[in-house]
Amino acid sequence: MKQLALEALDSAQRPGVTYADVRLVESRDRELGTKNGKPGQVSSDESVGIGIRVLADGCWGFAATDDLSRPGVESAAALAVDVARSSALAKKHDVTLAPEAKHDAIWVSPCQIDPFTVSVEEQLSLLTAVDEELRRAAGVTLAQTSMIFHRSRQVFVSSLGSVIDQTRTSSGAGFEAYSFKGDQIQKRSYPNSFGGQHQLKGYELIHELDLLAHAPLMAEQAVALHSADQCPEGRFDLILDGSQLGLQVHESIGHPIELDRVLGSEANYAGMSFLTLDKLNHLRYGSDLVNAVCDARIEHGPGMGTFAFDDEGVPAQSADIIRNGQFVGYMTSRETAAAIGQKRSNGTMRATSWARLPLIRMTNVSLLPGEQTLDEVFSGVSRAIYMQTNRSWSIDDKRYNFQFGCEIAWEIKDGKRVRMLKNPTYSGITTEFWNSCAAVANRDHWVLWGVPNCGKGQPEQVIATGHGASPSRFHNIKVGAAYAA
Amino acid sequence: MQPEIAESILPKANCQELFAAVQSAAKTLGVSDVEALFGAHCAALTRFANNTIHQNVAEQDRWISVRVALDHRTARATTNRFDPDSIRGAVAQALALARSAAANPDLLPLFERSAILETKRFDAATASATPQHRANTVAEAIRIVESKGQTAAGIYSTGQSVEAMYNSRGVAAWHAETMAQFSITAMAGDSSGWAKASAVSHASIDPLALARSAAEKARLSRDPEEIPPGRYTVILEPAAVLDLVGQMFGDFSATAVADSRSFLTDRVGKKLFGENIQIADDAAHPLQAGVPFDGEGVPRRKLTLVDAGVPRDLAYARSSARKAGVEPTGHGFPLPNEVGEAPLNIVISGGTTSTDEMIASTERGVLVTRLWYIREVDPYEKIMTGMTRDGTFLIENGRVSRGLRNFRFNQGIIELLNNVEALSPSVRASGEEAFDMVVPAMKVRGFNFTEVTRF
Repeated sequence: MKQLALEALDSAQRPGVTYADVRLVESRDRELGTKNGKPGQVSSDESVGIGIRVLADGCWGFAATDDLSRPGVESAAALAVDVARSSALAKKHDVTLAPEAKHDAIWVSPCQIDPFTVSVEEQLSLLTAVDEELRRAAGVTLAQTSMIFHRSRQVFVSSLGSVIDQTRTSSGAGFEAYSFKGDQIQKRSYPNSFGGQHQLKGYELIHELDLLAHAPLMAEQAVALHSADQCPEGRFDLILDGSQLGLQVHESIGHPIELDRVLGSEANYAGMSFLTLDKLNHLRYGSDLVNAVCDARIEHGPGMGTFAFDDEGVPAQSADIIRNGQFVGYMTSRETAAAIGQKRSNGTMRATSWARLPLIRMTNVSLLPGEQTLDEVFSGVSRAIYMQTNRSWSIDDKRYNFQFGCEIAWEIKDGKRVRMLKNPTYSGITTEFWNSCAAVANRDHWVLWGVPNCGKGQPEQVIATGHGASPSRFHNIKVGAAYAA
Repeated sequence: MQPEIAESILPKANCQELFAAVQSAAKTLGVSDVEALFGAHCAALTRFANNTIHQNVAEQDRWISVRVALDHRTARATTNRFDPDSIRGAVAQALALARSAAANPDLLPLFERSAILETKRFDAATASATPQHRANTVAEAIRIVESKGQTAAGIYSTGQSVEAMYNSRGVAAWHAETMAQFSITAMAGDSSGWAKASAVSHASIDPLALARSAAEKARLSRDPEEIPPGRYTVILEPAAVLDLVGQMFGDFSATAVADSRSFLTDRVGKKLFGENIQIADDAAHPLQAGVPFDGEGVPRRKLTLVDAGVPRDLAYARSSARKAGVEPTGHGFPLPNEVGEAPLNIVISGGTTSTDEMIASTERGVLVTRLWYIREVDPYEKIMTGMTRDGTFLIENGRVSRGLRNFRFNQGIIELLNNVEALSPSVRASGEEAFDMVVPAMKVRGFNFTEVTRF
């Protein structure tokens, strides 16, 4: 692979080209599922191709092809340069890049049990057992289970002289119990919605999740929700479980800190950001308890945004985003870092495949654990509403106004669950919400969650991101507006 | 074959040869029932922001997806390598996966050959559009917006794709089409405007008219006023109708109804929407695009999804059709899958009221250009939440009076389709939250805005 990538790089280095990089990617997926006791998705996918990015005449060009013959690669390289030169027809200034060193590295993500060596029979057997367990509960009208495994090897070479060979293996699994009765469809998912939990791990993740043990409770709750009271409307102290808080971080911290959004690159599609440049180091983003980082290093954990180098050859880093409530950093690329006068990219450029251009994407954007025990999070107020597991999510295109719905909620009195609530939703304005943060549970309850379906870019790229979070409490949050008459 | 698609990225003759290799590999492995789904695309997209081209890409990919069926077991393996070893590998992988799966009594034998609807959706000029053509067009559009003192962002894409389905029982379905899209956002300090169009031929799109429209919306919505949330009469432009109403069509799946995860569970055949709501799924409609056969090679049939407010037809894959004792409608997804099927060529019948006439007949209301980040809040009442974006206006006394800060809505689609007061003629619309459809603008009473954002 290395030789082919270097040949492609050589082919791209034509007159007028001031920078070029090449990503040769070989990927493999396995996807399995069941529905009501019958096999669902049973499939595998493999893909290999090359993406060539060049700076010519001060503009970017990118071309990707599955044709890895010498003429095919040369044709793609020529097209990338032609595309870049055409960009100059509507150019305002030459692209400049923040400096980066040459890197020569081989990196393989930790994987204790290779999921592709575990038999499909064993994997489907577990899913079938979970499916059967879900359907034991009277009132469950639909049971679904899934597993997904992904491995990609990428050889990155650039005109800086970098040669980086990375292999990443990820796993994901989960299940859902649906219950339809009267005029309501209720659902419970474990360990999260969006196909469950996803991490940069091998099959050991599936063992850790212990899907079968959690099936009876989820099935029981899906049915019980029909008899639960409607979540009230009003302002309440709100406790969020870690997975929901992870998505809250994703939408209301992760996206606004993407510097390409701030600078307008996504204005026509994903939108911009309220975090204009004047707010850096000046905005009170959250309360003193709010500390957030963007951390792609393996030391942060096996997240879906963990790697050794990003897709433009910048080493994985940990960047402070919010420090004791103060907004202190963006996610950057070599181009955007240079655009705001920073000396170096913090390494967040990622592409979904060989066919797509790297963009600034969340790596692992995490809310760091606090110091409270779980009991302190729940007992700190006399009354609160505790919401678990995302059901709906929406936020405006500058990332101010959000609304989330969850699968289930509980009324909490003096730290104890006193009644189940159905159809819970909450909404607010990003900075008001984070400034209302009153308690963050400690590291014992902190989990690095995987969000597999983050969309951005044109053509759209759907990528997986990581978000560490622990259960946390927020003061005086608007609840229930979605169902208000 | 239409002469102008002879240069397709994956010609029919190639698919036939490749399928012969698939069948040969299957035979060697003792498998007689095999299908291959072929896909290919060659697409380019010129993206601009801050009045300059900032991303400019081209990609080409082809793939072959093999499914084997034996003893009521099935599985799929996909590769983008077309050499003989890779094809043999894909067949062997599909076979290994199928043997690992439990038997599924619902699995049917492969579909047998049937006549496929012929659709002409390939424009040679769009397939061969150059980076220079896109860049020059974008440069002109930027000049229009920039001349108003505004900032432009958007895309211009052109490309071609192929989908083909072959199986060992004689199905040989092949479809090629082209597609062009132009989308533009014009920004003017505290306001913005947006316009988008898509078509099989790039010549059918007028990017400069779209640029002028977006710039005018940005100009008109300057200095937006905040008005309180509440229930308002709204005029939803076609893209807003598409992106909101478009969220319900996955529920017109017979499998979703059988699984009790559709809002149509226990509601098919009963009056659910206003009598002025008439919706079809029609792959042959002249403004539609897409493949005229489904994931098993079944030809698409026209469906009357909603007839005078009553949900009538559902989409059926072969398996769900057999359970229901009806004919499949040609809307199934490639097997194996959990979701079954869905209609993909939506045509909502329009009326005769122009958007200007809707505005003129509105004493106080809100004109909505576009909706954003639409998600389902309640699956059975089909309550959706989302935001307005890029051109939200107050209507007073029959005219657009000023721009408004954007709203969050929580609106049930069932309720919305009972409150439609007027429909414009239908057009091909393109948004970002649902696939392209043929829809009208709608004037709707009592639309539920629940919050206002900061811009």
